[in-house]
Amino acid sequence: MKSLIPALLFFVISGFLFVGLYKDPTLVSSPLVGKSIPSFSASTLFNPDKKVTQTDLIGEIALLNVWATWCPACKHEHPDLVALAANTDIPIYGLNYKETDKAEARAWLRDEGNPYVLSIADDDGRIGIDFGVYGAPETFLIDAQGVIQHKRVGVMNDKIWQRDFLPVIQRLRREAL
Amino acid sequence: MIRVLSLLLGLWIGVAQAQIVSVAPEYQERYNNLLHELRCLVCQNQTLADSGSGLADDLRLEVKRMLEEGRSDEQIFVFMSDRYGDFVLYNPPLKPRTWLLWFGPFVLLIGGLIGIRQVVRANNKTAKSSVLTEAEKKKINAVIQDRDD
Repeated sequence: MKSLIPALLFFVISGFLFVGLYKDPTLVSSPLVGKSIPSFSASTLFNPDKKVTQTDLIGEIALLNVWATWCPACKHEHPDLVALAANTDIPIYGLNYKETDKAEARAWLRDEGNPYVLSIADDDGRIGIDFGVYGAPETFLIDAQGVIQHKRVGVMNDKIWQRDFLPVIQRLRREAL
Repeated sequence: MIRVLSLLLGLWIGVAQAQIVSVAPEYQERYNNLLHELRCLVCQNQTLADSGSGLADDLRLEVKRMLEEGRSDEQIFVFMSDRYGDFVLYNPPLKPRTWLLWFGPFVLLIGGLIGIRQVVRANNKTAKSSVLTEAEKKKINAVIQDRDD
C-alpha cells in the first residue's frame, strides 16, 4: 500500500501535465459565449455615412469575423472565408478592427473577393473591446436571437468550420424547429 | 555603423515600451494598482502595466476613462472579466472552478507534512531497535567471552 503512494502521485502529476500538453494557453474561453452581442453604433468600411448597430446583425444565424489589413493571419484566412461565403447561406459580417489603412482594406476586398455582407468600421477598437477581441482574426457565431454561441480565435478554414461551427449551427436549427 | 546600431536599438525599445497614459494625480495610485492586477491577453505573462501591445494601450485608456467616470475598482474588474474572462485577473475569484487553484497548494503542503511525519516515525523505529535489550547484551557478552577464552 505504502509503495503505491509515489506511483499514484506520479500518475496524478503526469495526468495534469499530459492534459496541459494539448492545451493552447493562447485560447482563452470567452465569457461572452451564451450572452447577447454587445451594443454598438458605427459606420461601415465602404460607406462612412451608413450607421450600423447590433440590431442589424440579429435575425438569423450569422458569423462575425474580426479582421484588418495589418493582420497577416487575416490575409491567410481570407480565401477560406470567401469560399465559405460562397458555399453557405449564412451571412458573414466583418468587424474591421483598428484598421490602419482603409483604402488598402477596400482595395483588398475588391481584388481578393468580399465575403462580408458589410464590414463594421471599428476604428478605435472600442467595439472590439466589448466583444472581448484579443487576437485577430476571430470569428463569432451569433444565433437568430443575437446570442453568441461560439467563438473562434485564430484562422477559420473548412476543417474548423466542419468541426466547430456546423454542429452548433445544426443544433440551433433543430432547436428552432 | 554604431549610429545605425543605436538607431535600431532605439527603434526596438520604442516598440517594446508601453505607451504612457497620463492620469490625473488623484487617480494615479488606483490606476497603477489596477494595471498591475490585470493581465494582458496578447502577451499573457505581462500585466497591463508592462505590456506594449496595442490592446494593452487601448485597455489602459479604458481603465483611465472608467476611473474618471467614477467607477469603483470592483466595477473595473467586472468590466474586464465580463469581456476577457477571469483569466485577466491576477487575483482570481474563489469559485468551484478555481478551488484547485486556491486550495491545491495547501493540500500539497499537508500531504508533504504527513509524508515527513511518516519518514520521521519510520526512522525513529529503526533508531530504537538499534539500542540493545538486556537479553541481547547478555548474548553478545557471552559470545565475546567465548571468543576470549
